[in-house]
Amino acid sequence: MSEQLRESELADRPPASSPVAQIKDRGGRLEEMRCGLSCALGDSRAIAGRYLKHYRRQPQLLIFSTVQPVMFVLLFRYVFGGAIDISQLPADSYVNFLLPGILVQATTFGATNTAVGLAEDLRAGVIDRFRSLPMSRVAVLAGRTLSDLVRNTFVVLLMTAVGYLVGFRFQGGPAAAILALAVVVCFSYSLSWIYAFVGLATKGAETAQTASFVVTFPIVFASSVFVPVEGFPSWLQAFATYSPITKAADTVRALALGGLPVLEPLLWVAGWTAGILLVFMPLAILRFRRGE
Amino acid sequence: MQPDTQPDTRGREAPAIVVRGLTKSYGDTIALRGIDLEVPPGTVYGLLGPNGAGKTTAVRILATLLKPDEGSAHIHGIDVLAKPDMVRQIIGLAGQFAAVDELLTGRENLELVGRLYHLGGNEPRRRAQDLLERFELAEAADRTVRTYSGGMRRRLDLAASLVNRPAVLFLDEPTTGLDPRSRLGLWDIINDLVREGATLLLTTQYLEEADRLCQRVAVIDEGSVIAEGTTDELKDRMGGSVLELRVADSSRVRRAAQLLEPLSDAAPQVTEDLGLITLPAEENAMGLLAEVARRLDDQGIEVVDLAIRRPTLDDVFLSMTGRGISPDAKQTPSPNGGGAR
Repeated sequence: MSEQLRESELADRPPASSPVAQIKDRGGRLEEMRCGLSCALGDSRAIAGRYLKHYRRQPQLLIFSTVQPVMFVLLFRYVFGGAIDISQLPADSYVNFLLPGILVQATTFGATNTAVGLAEDLRAGVIDRFRSLPMSRVAVLAGRTLSDLVRNTFVVLLMTAVGYLVGFRFQGGPAAAILALAVVVCFSYSLSWIYAFVGLATKGAETAQTASFVVTFPIVFASSVFVPVEGFPSWLQAFATYSPITKAADTVRALALGGLPVLEPLLWVAGWTAGILLVFMPLAILRFRRGE
Repeated sequence: MQPDTQPDTRGREAPAIVVRGLTKSYGDTIALRGIDLEVPPGTVYGLLGPNGAGKTTAVRILATLLKPDEGSAHIHGIDVLAKPDMVRQIIGLAGQFAAVDELLTGRENLELVGRLYHLGGNEPRRRAQDLLERFELAEAADRTVRTYSGGMRRRLDLAASLVNRPAVLFLDEPTTGLDPRSRLGLWDIINDLVREGATLLLTTQYLEEADRLCQRVAVIDEGSVIAEGTTDELKDRMGGSVLELRVADSSRVRRAAQLLEPLSDAAPQVTEDLGLITLPAEENAMGLLAEVARRLDDQGIEVVDLAIRRPTLDDVFLSMTGRGISPDAKQTPSPNGGGAR
């Protein structure tokens, strides 16, 4: 479809000459310019490229998903870790228990960036500009979440490396290790869509930031990320046991350490991931197209 | 092709934009109460009105961002509501804020837009380069936009709206927040665009801007078009000229207006805090001037400014609504003496 447009565009014409004539040239062909799958993929890639450039130009955008989890690793490994009773853990050392949880925590906190980024784009009118273009209606969100996926892959590898420096070791073999990292990346991809919706539904980047964090922080701490949920009071345990964060952390931990039940938490986290995508993808896309 | 994009039998081209009975509410707030517009191709058309009059809502509907509750809109014969994808191929939009990416360079911003228009091959790069040169951004092309001044950002934003060489360009308050020099620069650019054949629909609350740029104007207030025509036609409705005076003691402005009331068919318009009174002066303006001076002098009301001038669009708006368009409208910079005071 772009071929036809290109031909009419490339015809030697000075800039903006006789736009009305251009319309007549394009005439019947305009109808055919619906954005199909390959067009949607191309648009998404262009948008993802835009967001990835942001990380290069403003590396402090990565602080939340890199420096902060590194501090958590050090803090929990060396400060709180000594006070934790290892005999209660399904692991041979606290750092081995901790690091799989940190992978989930880092990508979850990092996902709040999506809300802030989109809220900022909305405020600045960038979303309106994109919506006025003949581009795919899902590409802005697909591109944004695609860039999150790339960032999360980077964060997960970085945190694994940091983990190795402070004593963490995969114990379930390379295939299980790769699967563990894949689970984190897939699960956090679904979270990106929640925060995409939050970013488009709140007014302003600060509100999006606050709204995201106020919810995210307690949910991440009330999970098996840092300590086993068995130590929680029963009312909290009831929540934490089924929390998607707990299920993700348990799955990653079981795959990373070996010898723990994998299937049950894996099915749970797969269900959570699919459920979140099923609900929040349409919600976010509808919100993006609001008013159209 | 749609028959109505062909020139009609009188050889006059069909309107670039046709709007019929557009209404839009947000909850209890009515933004548009049924507006009709017809914009001739190759002209600059102004939507003039105060903040909250419904101008932006109208532009958002035409730019496919918003569906109206009722009514229809066509751009070069294409139904905006039924075929938004087609409309997006031929329009450009520059909103109230410079919608450019701060963290990308000027060039990257334009190339991204070109790619999203699905221009093939090197075309996005070529058009980006053309536009950067044209808008005097070539030197700053490879700097990130956060280093740009307000005027540069607006120029880049305008450039982004031209990447697809749009037949119809929507500019929503294009010069709001710009210093006078940048504003003049933007006016030149806008004039150039129209010379090349594009149709421009711009919204503004600056009368002078509408006066200077637009061939035709629709004055919008509270969601309705209250007047429409060429700027001269609108001013002629006020009669030939306007007498304007300012009393030294603004607390006596009401009394002064009372004294002048019998002198004219239309009631005098009063801007109380400025002590301003305007009065249509249809015939015998000099006689009226003398009579006004005598009456106020008799009552000991001191006048600091008294003049006869051409009516401005603000007078039109004032006479129709009893209010000014924007409180600062008369203080806007007037590089060519548009304020005439």
